[in-house]
Amino acid sequence: MSWGEFVDVVAGILLVLGAGFAFVAAVGVVRFPDVLTRMHAATKPQTFGLLLILAGLALRIDSLSDLTLVAVVALFQLMTAPVSAHMVARATFRTGQVDREALVVDEGD
Amino acid sequence: MTVVAIICAVLLGLTGLLCLVRIVRGPTMLDRTVAADVFTAACVGAIGVEAAVGRHGTTLPILVALALVAFLGSVSIARYAASQAAGGPT
Repeated sequence: MSWGEFVDVVAGILLVLGAGFAFVAAVGVVRFPDVLTRMHAATKPQTFGLLLILAGLALRIDSLSDLTLVAVVALFQLMTAPVSAHMVARATFRTGQVDREALVVDEGD
Repeated sequence: MTVVAIICAVLLGLTGLLCLVRIVRGPTMLDRTVAADVFTAACVGAIGVEAAVGRHGTTLPILVALALVAFLGSVSIARYAASQAAGGPT
């Protein structure tokens, strides 16, 4: 197996893993009972799966400008996902959709 | 690479379908926001897989725009929901 084929196999594995993570996130979004648990299922595999897909994509393309764009997307995803997740969770608390009896630690005021 | 493309297409398509189920069933606006976020991530992933399989970078600017729009969308909906609950201006 030549070096190029090896890189292609690694990229394929990364792509499939990333798509699998996105699928797991969607299953969690459908099956979990309330907003906070759905966010728990959604945000982490979604970000990690997307990073895996972008890593596989970065292995497949050659030009430096394209690689820069991929890095920008990855960086942007890492920066914005926590912010939007935090804001959605805070809005969930403010609108009273959290079952506060079920929480172990409740610091949401 | 064709096998990889087919597997990824099936997985990401199922992801989109499940997110659509959650968007339709709700029950609240924030549930739909979370599901729409995952849906957008699936779209970004699908475009990324397509670019990786085809070995081209033509669609990469779409990825940047899509990531930006998804972030703005969920933040503005969250702010809207919070201010409605506080009785403030919508």
